[in-house]
Amino acid sequence: MTKKYDAIVIGAGHNGLTNGAYLAKAGMKVLMVEKNDFIGGATVSLELYKDDWKYSNCSYVCSLLRPEVYRSLNLAKYGLQIVPYGGSATIAQNGDYIGSYVDPDVARREVARHSHRDADATVRYDRDIMRQCRFIRQFLLRTPPDPTSFKPRDLLEMMYMGKEAMKLGEDLIYDTMRFYTMSISDFLDEYFENPLVKASHSGSGIIGSALGVMSPGTAYVLLHHAMGDVDGSMGAWGFARGGMGAIADAMQGCFTEYGGQTVTGSGVKQIIVKNGRAKGVVLENGDEYFADVVVSNLTLPRTFLECMDPKDLDPGFLKKVRNFKIRGSSGKLNIALDGLPRFTALPEGSELARGDMHLIDSTERLERAYDDWKNGIWSQDPYIDMLIPSLTDPTMTPPGKHFMSVFVQYVPPKVHGKDWTDDQVHQFGQTVINQIEEYAPGFKDLILHVEIRTPRELEDEVGLTAGNIFQGELTMDQLLFNRPLPGFAQYRGPVRGMYMCGSSTSPGGGVMAAPGANAAREILGDLRKTNTVPEGWLDD
Amino acid sequence: MRTVNFSQHDHYRNAVFPSPFHARQKEHNQLREWSRWSDYLSVPAYWCADMEYFAGRNACGVFDITPMVKHLVTGPDALPYLNRLMTRDVSKIKPGRVGYSVWCNEQGRVIDDGTIFHLEEGVYRICSQEHQIDWFMTNTLGFDVNIVEDTHDVAALAVQGPTSCAILKDMGLQGIEDLTPFGLTYFDFEGTQLMVSRTGYTGDLGYELWIGPDHAERLWDRLFDAGKHRGIKAMGSDALELLRIEAGFILAGVDFLPAMEAVRPSHTRSPFELGLGWLVHFDKGVFNGRRALQEEKEKGSRFHLVKLDIDGNKPANQSFVFTKDEKFAGTVTSAMWSPSAKASIALASLEAPHGKSDSRLELQGHSPLQQ
Ligand SMILES: Cc1cc2nc3c(=O)[nH]c(=O)nc-3n(C[C@H](O)[C@H](O)[C@H](O)COP(=O)(O)OP(=O)(O)OC[C@H]3O[C@@H](n4cnc5c(N)ncnc54)[C@H](O)[C@@H]3O)c2cc1C
Repeated sequence: MTKKYDAIVIGAGHNGLTNGAYLAKAGMKVLMVEKNDFIGGATVSLELYKDDWKYSNCSYVCSLLRPEVYRSLNLAKYGLQIVPYGGSATIAQNGDYIGSYVDPDVARREVARHSHRDADATVRYDRDIMRQCRFIRQFLLRTPPDPTSFKPRDLLEMMYMGKEAMKLGEDLIYDTMRFYTMSISDFLDEYFENPLVKASHSGSGIIGSALGVMSPGTAYVLLHHAMGDVDGSMGAWGFARGGMGAIADAMQGCFTEYGGQTVTGSGVKQIIVKNGRAKGVVLENGDEYFADVVVSNLTLPRTFLECMDPKDLDPGFLKKVRNFKIRGSSGKLNIALDGLPRFTALPEGSELARGDMHLIDSTERLERAYDDWKNGIWSQDPYIDMLIPSLTDPTMTPPGKHFMSVFVQYVPPKVHGKDWTDDQVHQFGQTVINQIEEYAPGFKDLILHVEIRTPRELEDEVGLTAGNIFQGELTMDQLLFNRPLPGFAQYRGPVRGMYMCGSSTSPGGGVMAAPGANAAREILGDLRKTNTVPEGWLDD
Repeated sequence: MRTVNFSQHDHYRNAVFPSPFHARQKEHNQLREWSRWSDYLSVPAYWCADMEYFAGRNACGVFDITPMVKHLVTGPDALPYLNRLMTRDVSKIKPGRVGYSVWCNEQGRVIDDGTIFHLEEGVYRICSQEHQIDWFMTNTLGFDVNIVEDTHDVAALAVQGPTSCAILKDMGLQGIEDLTPFGLTYFDFEGTQLMVSRTGYTGDLGYELWIGPDHAERLWDRLFDAGKHRGIKAMGSDALELLRIEAGFILAGVDFLPAMEAVRPSHTRSPFELGLGWLVHFDKGVFNGRRALQEEKEKGSRFHLVKLDIDGNKPANQSFVFTKDEKFAGTVTSAMWSPSAKASIALASLEAPHGKSDSRLELQGHSPLQQ
C-alpha cells in the first residue's frame, strides 16, 4: 500500500467520512484512518447480541443530517433511507400521559386534554421555534466569520449575518438574544401552564448537555434538536433504515467510489509535524502515512492533547484546549427484547409507542435528575428518551422481537470523582431497567441482552472525550465563531496543513454532516481546487 | 350533549368527529366525499359544487357551520374587555346585534377575524376560524370576565339565499321577516331555544341558525321540509367558497396568515392591509395594536388587498401579479370564475403602492401564500 496521500482524515465518524468524500470527489487521493475495526464513530449499527439483531449503538434517530449533503453525496444510491416515525409520549407517574400525535387536530386535542390554553399556546410556541430554526438553518453550511478579522470574506460574512438578523425584525431580534441565553424551563413557562405539557417539551433542552432544565443556555439546546427536518417537515425525526450505521455506510460507499481508501483497526498515535507543517500520521501499530493535509474528526482535546506533540503547539492554545467544555452527561442502554413491552399508561397498540417515550412529569423532577449528576452520581430517577425502532424498521430484529434504544440523562463521566467500576456500570443499568419496569411491568422478563454504555464506554469506543455526545457542550461560549475556540472556527488547526472536521467544530454535534462538509470547503479553497461542497439551500 | 369530549383518553382513535348534522349530511352526500374542518367531518360538495352555488344564489343553500370556533364572554367587564381585545368599538354592538370584527397583536397584525354576537345584555359570543382561548385568556388580566369555549355545545347551520326568509317563515319562525341585517333573535323550537341571526358569508339574504346539538337533526328535517318547494339544497364548502369570494369576504389562512401561525412575520397583515380599516376605531381608547395601527395609518401600509377583475375566462388561482412593466406587485390569494358576474375575479394582496387606485396589472404563474 502506498504511504503518500493528498489528504489523511483521522477518524471515520460521519463527519470524517463526509469530509473525505468531498475531498475525494474533488479528485484528491484520500486515506481514512479509523482506530476501531468498524467505521461510523457515534453513527454506527453493530450486531452485538446475535447476527440478525442490529443496535444503533450510539446515536439512534436522524433529523439534523443536512439534505444538501445527502443529495450531493448521493447517499440514496448507497442504500440510505430515512423513515420518519410518529409522535412521542411523555408518561407521568400517576398513570396519565401526554402524546404528541402526527395528526395536527389529534395533537391539539391531546394537549387540550391537559390544558385547553396550552393547546392554543402550542401554535405560538411552534411558530417561535420555527422562526428561530429558520434563522439558524441558513448558517449551518457556512463557515462562521471571524468577528475580529478584517479580511474581506469575514467582513462580508459578518454583514450577511447582520443583514439576515435585521430581516427578522425588531421583536424577533430581542427574542433571539433571549433564546440563546435562557433556560428551557423559563422559556417554556412563557408559553405553557400545565406541568406535563412543559415536561414533554423540556427534554430536548438537556439531551447531551451537562446542564439542567433550569440552567441558562438550555433553550438553545432545544433549538439544536429542532432545527433539522425529515423531508422538509421541520423538527421531525426519523430512523435510518438498518440503524444509524446506514448513514456512515452510505457515506463510505460514496467515499470509496470516488477512490478513497480506509484503514481500520489501529488509531493515530501522533500527527507528524515538520517545520510547523502537518506532514502525516503515525498509528498505534507503527504504520506511517504521509500527506500535506491532515484532517482530524476527533474531539478537540483528543486531537491536540492526545495525538500531538505539545512542543508542536503554542502553550496558550493548549491551555484553551484544556478549558474546552466537554463534560459527559449521557448514557445509553441498547436492549434486545423477546417481545413488545406494554406500558400500562398507553392504550394498547398506541401509535405513540412508535416514537420517543419519556418517563417524566415535571421540569422539577428533571432538575432533580441533574442534581445527582452534580453530586457525581448517575440520576437515581433518570430522564430517558426511549424508542423501539424495530416497530418501524423491520430490518433491525427478527419478526416479533424488538430492539429498544434507551438514552439516559444524567450520567457523570466519573462517579464521585473516581473512574467507573464494572459493578457501577451494572448498577447504573439496573437503575434504568427498574425505572422502565415501573411503567411497563414484565419488561425485565423480555430482556434477552443489554449493552450498557456510560461516558466511560463512549470515550473508550468512540473517543468522545469524557463521553460528551456532541464533542463539546453546545453553549453560546462554544458556538458559531467560538466553536471550538475563538480564532479557530474556520476549521483550520494551529499548524499549517492541519484541519478539524468533527462535531467539536461549528455548527456542533449531532448527525448533521455540516462540520465535515464545511471543513472540506475550506480545505479545497486553500488548495485552490474546485469546490465540491454544495451551498446550503435556503428555506424560501 | 357534547360532540367532542377533550377529556376522553381515546379521542385519538378518530382524527375527526361527525358533526351533529352528520346523519343528514350523509343522506344528502351523493359524492360520498368528506373533508375536514377543525374537529369535524365536513362536506366539500354533496352532488355538484356549481349547482350548490346556484342554490345559494338563486334559492336556498344550507351549510353546516358547527365546526366554527365559538367562545362565550360574560361577566361585569365583558364589554371593556372586548373593547380592549377588538379593534372596533364593541359598545356600538347593542344587545340583539351582531358585528364583524378583527383582533390584532401589539404589532397591529391580525390574529383572526370573526363575528361578535351580543346575545343579551353583557353576554357575547365570538365566532372565529382559529382557536383563540390562549389569546383571549391572556387578555383577561385586569378584567372581571369569564370566557369559555363552547364550540362543541352549539350546532349551527347557515341558511343562505333569496328564499331563505320564506322558508324559515314556513318553518314557523313567526316575524323572521322583521329581523334586520346583523340582527339576532330567539324562537322556541320544539321546546328548546333556537337562536337565529341574519348573518352569513355569502353577501346575500341569509340567516344562521344556532341550537343545542341534540336538536340538530330535527332542525335540519324541519328546515328541509319547509324548503321543499323553495329550492332548498344542502351546500358544501366548495360552493360556499365561491359565494364568499364573490361577496369579497376574506378567509383566515387563505387571504391572510393569522399572526399566531405566521413563521414569516412579513406574511402577516394589518386590518388596513386587508381592506378592513373601517373596523379600526381609534376614538374608543386603548386596544391591542392601537399604537402600531395609528403609526401605520400615518405612514401608510405595506400591502393593499384588492379585488381583481381579470380579462378572459380562466380563474386566476395562485397567480403572481405584475405591473405592465413586469415589476412584481403581489399575489392572488383567492380566485374564481364568477357565474353571477360572468367574470374571472380574484382577491389579491399587492405590495404598496400598487393597488391604491384602479390600474391595469398582469398575472403570471402560481404562488401559494405560505405560512
Ligand atoms: C449515546 C449517543 C447518542 C446520540 N444520539 C444522537 C441522536 O439520536 N441523533 C443525533 O443526531 N445525534 C446523536 N448523538 C450525537 C452524534 O452521534 C454525534 O455528535 C456525531 O455522531 C459525532 O460525529 P463525528 O463524526 O463528529 O464524530 P465521532 O462520531 O465521534 O467520530 C470520531 C471517530 O474518530 C475515531 N477515533 C477516535 N480516536 C481516534 C484515533 N486516535 N485514531 C483514529 N480514529 C480515532 C472514533 O473511533 C470515531 O469513529 C449521540 C451521541 C451519542 C454518543
